[in-house]
Amino acid sequence: MLELLINGRVARVDVEPEMPLLWVLRDHLGLPGTKYGCGISACGACTVHLDGQAVRSCTLPVSAAQGKKITTIEGLSKNGLHPVQKAWIEHEVPQCGYCQTGMIMTTVALLEAHPHPTDAQIDEAVTNLCRCGTYARVRKAIHALAKS
Amino acid sequence: MTSVVSRRDFLKASAVLGGGFALEFSFPVLSRAVSGGPSTEVNAWIVIHPDDRVVIRIARSEMGQGTFTALAQLVAEELDCDWARVSAEYASPNENFRRNHVWGAMSTGGSRGVRTSQDYVRKAGASAREMLVTAAAEQWRVPAATCTVERGVITHHPSGRKLRYGQVAAAAAKLTPPKDVTLRDPKDWKIAGKPLHRLDIPDKVRGKPVFGVDVSLPGMLHASIAQCPVFGGKLASVDSRAAEQMRGVKKIVREESFVAVVADSWWRANEALKALVVQWDAGAYAHADNASVTAMLREGLDAKNLPQARKIGDTAAALQGAVKVVEVEYHSPYINHATLEPQTCTAWLKPEGFLDVWTSTQDGEASMIAASAASGLPLEKVEVHKMMLGGGFGRRGGPQDFVTQAVLIARAMPGVPVKLMWSRTEDMQHGFYRPASIVRMKAGLDEQGRPVALHSTVACPSILKVLRPQALPKDGVDPTAVRSLYDMPYTIPHQQVDYAMRNGHVPVGFWRAPGQQNAFYRECFIDELAAMAGQDPVAYRLAMLKAGDKNRLVLEAVTRAAGWGTPLPSGRYRGVAVADGFDSFTATVAEVSVDEKGEPRVHRVVIAIDSGYVVNPDTCRAQAESNVIFGLGSILYQENNLKNGSIVESNFNDFRLPQMAEMPVVETLLVPTGGFWGGHGEPAILALAPAVCNAIFQATGTRIRSLPLKHHDLQRHARLGDLAGVA
Repeated sequence: MLELLINGRVARVDVEPEMPLLWVLRDHLGLPGTKYGCGISACGACTVHLDGQAVRSCTLPVSAAQGKKITTIEGLSKNGLHPVQKAWIEHEVPQCGYCQTGMIMTTVALLEAHPHPTDAQIDEAVTNLCRCGTYARVRKAIHALAKS
Repeated sequence: MTSVVSRRDFLKASAVLGGGFALEFSFPVLSRAVSGGPSTEVNAWIVIHPDDRVVIRIARSEMGQGTFTALAQLVAEELDCDWARVSAEYASPNENFRRNHVWGAMSTGGSRGVRTSQDYVRKAGASAREMLVTAAAEQWRVPAATCTVERGVITHHPSGRKLRYGQVAAAAAKLTPPKDVTLRDPKDWKIAGKPLHRLDIPDKVRGKPVFGVDVSLPGMLHASIAQCPVFGGKLASVDSRAAEQMRGVKKIVREESFVAVVADSWWRANEALKALVVQWDAGAYAHADNASVTAMLREGLDAKNLPQARKIGDTAAALQGAVKVVEVEYHSPYINHATLEPQTCTAWLKPEGFLDVWTSTQDGEASMIAASAASGLPLEKVEVHKMMLGGGFGRRGGPQDFVTQAVLIARAMPGVPVKLMWSRTEDMQHGFYRPASIVRMKAGLDEQGRPVALHSTVACPSILKVLRPQALPKDGVDPTAVRSLYDMPYTIPHQQVDYAMRNGHVPVGFWRAPGQQNAFYRECFIDELAAMAGQDPVAYRLAMLKAGDKNRLVLEAVTRAAGWGTPLPSGRYRGVAVADGFDSFTATVAEVSVDEKGEPRVHRVVIAIDSGYVVNPDTCRAQAESNVIFGLGSILYQENNLKNGSIVESNFNDFRLPQMAEMPVVETLLVPTGGFWGGHGEPAILALAPAVCNAIFQATGTRIRSLPLKHHDLQRHARLGDLAGVA
């Protein structure tokens, strides 16, 4: 039995230590906001926070998350009112929305590290893939958040 | 109304999270899940609650294009309700079947959502409004003509009495709908035509379980699938001894062309799938590769007596009499849709003999038919629960392979819901690809370099032949294979388009703006001819467009907005293209540079679109941005290669998607001229590739006649100085 600290609560789960955190969240803990896109850390749809750092959970063995604070989109804020989520609504960022929970988690971590990121810092940090083409609005929303 | 599968029988699923606290969610997660209390269906499209909340039913699928909101805006506009109280939900495919297709077509593709349903959804809104007003007037015993409505409140002016929609909905629903209604003139729109916030976004940013892959049901199991790597091949044998011993594995399902593992989590199913020892019978195409596809298409190009998609004048004679004849060939590779949400479907064969299916589908009714066929159950015993799509782009409409598979798997697990999700590699290697094609174009020019004749021969697989053979015209000309050539707006006096249907074994499908590669060919070739004639590419095109042609209007609009002919920063070059499709007209100017290493970069894209009317300008702009990034991937690096009968690429490491840093500035000019309804989901991709490649010619002197650009050595040709260029 593994013990995990997820969204401020303790969860115990009986899974293989090598199971990627993504699947523990999605299939064993009922937290489907974190998405599968590639399974090789290429797309970032599975981004969660580990002690506040953005990590790609599709290749992260759950054992590596033990003892760390795991935050998923479901635990980012009460009622989805984190400033980044609000900015995403305000700027109509998502299209299909599938990559956006990962995009939001990446952005939250970026803004914690760099409250006023340059375009180059955004390009470097937000490498999540979006098939719909929301990049311009992601950038716009990040700059708006930096100003506020 | 009796219901064999009650759509209000919402499943409450609770997922226990570790230490005993539970997340509870229900499906569908839209308004149906939160609507409590008695509500009234005023008509099939509109449900009104006593507290005035209005639920608008949407028949088309939401895959990011905003149709969910735009269609609701059109209904709400005519209904005159309070937009702040509007939510939307999917109409049920099963009910559509049982209620004589009351919601019309559910198929979502071809940028049709608004343009082909605007008339009847607006009428539904107007009809309901009239019934609500009549109900209030009857209650007051006054003529309906003395009542007005504002935001869902009906007022009887002489007396000042007021009633809310929620108070009269039940009475209104009992009235006979009016025979005719008058629709509002778009210039008077208050809800439609405005950049309102999309209704589906708040749930999406909160990570609510809205997508097909998010479905969770009590006792549900998970499946991962392996299909024969060679299209059309069969499963020969499976040694599953090791896999069966793995943790959580419940079943190995063997079918004709695939094997699947069912387990208690997707990861466990997929790990066990990797442990299977599978032998495939690859079939006749085990040795097909890029070269054999090219040979197949080349044979088509040279074939005699091909069906003609267009014949104007006498092209052969005009070419003979031309001052100069220019002949070129352009070609394009297969490309996968690569929706970020892989193909997925959950199927539950219930003990009572009903089948419930949850899936991300562009066509709920096609899903229902596929599920019925795979289960052997009649349509009335099948319900499809449409989920939000994690991208569609044409992948999830015609082909319903994922539904068929999920139902076959569920048949092996009766009574147990099973969620099938494809791995990324399965998704990459079992698509319905944008067709590979070669087009030969031959232009005859007069003394001024103007084309007098254009003969195009298209060698291309037919999407209709694969997905909708009944829709293929008798002459064998698939319109999606000859788009932008057979309907070309240029007034070239002699035109001929021949079509060689050469299909091969790679499944092809409706990839965003099917046939859009032809706009690349046509608009680049026209640019070549303009350059040869020493003419400005915009002026050269305008001279071939009739007065009043909307293609002229968008071309003029885009060149003005882009500053065509004005100086650019050093190293930047412009290219232009125009194309119409999906009943809209689009022109694009791209600004491009090529660095010393030969790396191209698209800096700015200006797009002008005339769609007749605009229902949500912000969503239309978002679709233009979407078309730019979707098109850019195919311009820069995307292709699916064939080796040993199979697709070579396996994931996003070898099938790249553009990233944030590559996103150009996109400026979209909406120039609706009214009088017609055009689409927005696809048109803006048409003129993108030619505009970019024409700019690359300006930058390098190299003509790009095939994509992706990664195969072109632009460094070798990069211009050192500013050679003669007109843009």
